[in-house]
Amino acid sequence: MNAPFQPESISLDQLQIGLRASIASIDWDTLEDGEAARLRHFGFDEGVTVEPLHLGPFGRDPLAIRVGRMTVAIRRSHARAVRVLPVA
Amino acid sequence: MNPLPLVAVAGSPNAGKSALFNALTGARQKVGNYPGVTVERHSGRLTLADGRPIELVDLPGAYSLDPASPDEAVTRDVLLGKQKGERQPDALVIVVDASNLDNHLRFALQLIELGLPTIVALNMIDLAKRDGLELDAKRLEAELGVPVIETVAVRKRGIAELQTALDDLLSAPSCPITERVPTELILLQRRARDIATASVISESPVRRWTHRLDSILLHPVAGPVILAAILFLMFQAVFTWATVPADALEAATLAVGNWIGDALPDGPLRSLIIDGVFAGVGAVIVFLPQILILFAFILVLESTGYMVRAAFIMDRLMSSAGLSGRAFIPLLSSFACAVPGIMATRTIDDPKDRLTTILVAPLMTCSARLPVYTLIIAAFIPPASVGPGIGVQGLVLFGLYVAGIAGALLAALVLRRTVVKGGGGQFMMELPKYQVPRLADVAIGLWQRTAIFLKRAGTIILATTIILWALASFPQAGPGEKQSDVSIAGHIADGIHTIVAPIGFNKDISLALLPAMAAREVAVAAIGTVYSLDAEDEQGLQTLEQRLSGRWTLPTALAFLAWFVFAPQCISTIAVTRRETNGWKWPLFMVGYLFVLAYVAAGATYWTAVALGL
Repeated sequence: MNAPFQPESISLDQLQIGLRASIASIDWDTLEDGEAARLRHFGFDEGVTVEPLHLGPFGRDPLAIRVGRMTVAIRRSHARAVRVLPVA
Repeated sequence: MNPLPLVAVAGSPNAGKSALFNALTGARQKVGNYPGVTVERHSGRLTLADGRPIELVDLPGAYSLDPASPDEAVTRDVLLGKQKGERQPDALVIVVDASNLDNHLRFALQLIELGLPTIVALNMIDLAKRDGLELDAKRLEAELGVPVIETVAVRKRGIAELQTALDDLLSAPSCPITERVPTELILLQRRARDIATASVISESPVRRWTHRLDSILLHPVAGPVILAAILFLMFQAVFTWATVPADALEAATLAVGNWIGDALPDGPLRSLIIDGVFAGVGAVIVFLPQILILFAFILVLESTGYMVRAAFIMDRLMSSAGLSGRAFIPLLSSFACAVPGIMATRTIDDPKDRLTTILVAPLMTCSARLPVYTLIIAAFIPPASVGPGIGVQGLVLFGLYVAGIAGALLAALVLRRTVVKGGGGQFMMELPKYQVPRLADVAIGLWQRTAIFLKRAGTIILATTIILWALASFPQAGPGEKQSDVSIAGHIADGIHTIVAPIGFNKDISLALLPAMAAREVAVAAIGTVYSLDAEDEQGLQTLEQRLSGRWTLPTALAFLAWFVFAPQCISTIAVTRRETNGWKWPLFMVGYLFVLAYVAAGATYWTAVALGL
């Protein structure tokens, strides 16, 4: 169920704090079942707007990400599975 | 078989479900466990307007019916009528956060599909308004096809309306549940978003409180500093605020003990009551104020939403020890008691993360160790201060907590590379809105936890003290003999003493080690019992501190403290570990490695202290 790779997209962990982006694709295969389920529970889906808000103080990990009306924390390694298109 | 109609309260995490449950049932709740699993079951009664009683059950928070944790599995099984020890609910109250409808409606839609009579509580409507969100409850009702009631659970708003709606719902003839093909989650999610968008009347962008607070509390520099300050304040508070009520309790126990002692004739009964019950249980009850303060801090941190931020800050450090930030909450709860802490590990999805957390949880300084620490510190560490508000006693206590944490992280690291290898390690959690905690909700939580502690003091500890009193009292010492030498307990202690003598433990400590397995705080009670039996010649009851400081050397006291940082845990912890890991393998492993750690730590402390000439 991978969407075609969009060259202008970047991975979510590369997105600057405070910048909004729209989810282009999620590489579900790199996630374990439980992890993928949780991301879906949090509302991660193509077309959804996300915005990184905070970084963990140690090693800039984990990331606090606004998704819809929720703020969720995920690790950098999981954020790499999410490709986003920055919103102008 | 209970004939009362059963109504389940369900909802996503952070929907304010427990607050709504509290508002509906009040403080009269029953806390139990679902059989076979260690998921807590909270239930309570509610009387409807026509006088009909119903039973309300608070289901664990879940994001969907396809579970990613054991808690969510229980929620699913109860709702589908497949949970052992629970009948299928007759009706549902679904709690959703008004300002997070896009997400919470997904689970609500899934639950409505079950076909049970259902009401949706549109909760925290005031916070949504504060955030500039105007919602159309009628439109939502039309979209969902079930009654929607606006509520503010923490202010008890909408509760009466909810009860009326429940009344109507249970009076209407219920239709049988039909098996339906579950709709795919992602489709439900998209539909939830559409409904949420349709239900919004207006939205004005407001800089939210939560974001402002997070920019300070999750700041890369300020965040960890504030966290450390909060934890430090917590432990200073445990030591200082509790002094007055603890002293009062101690004085009262002494007074009542002396009064009964004077009234009773000399003999075994007087000895049992004074030396067994009063000296034993009294010594533990005295620590209730401290335990209450600790529980209160943890409850407030939980209900404000700060606990999750602490996990966020700590995740990277925890992950370097092979744990997840999620382990931070169970481990922090273990500061109160390892039993609920180990039970809280259910929220950790990864089984290896979870096992490691369980194995190191007993290293967190539980409140049962606090009586031991407090007693020894009060008896041996001077009450001097090294700065405004910073006492040496508080510093030593802080140091003991730090030693436990360091030990746990180190143990986790070693365990992750040896016996619990592999596993990705994950950290995925919601950062809920900050909330001002409601006093009544904190009070209910505090009462439930206190009841558990008092029950333990009243049963396990009382029984252990009485058995120990018997072992320590018989056979009776002849003239010129010391009671603690000739008794059965004395002989058992002699055996233990040969093992622990190299690490500086005297016979009194040897005598306390065995009953300490029942519950750690019994060590204090045990020492109390031994000393009051030996103190026949002294006038009245002396405080335990006075007796101790005359009998132990400083290195011995320090070694005893070090032992208790790592000490093998109480029977309840072993039992809950067996239950949570499904077998004896891991609890036995845990006891073994903790024994070795405690022995080495106490020995190192003793010999260092002796070498320094303390």
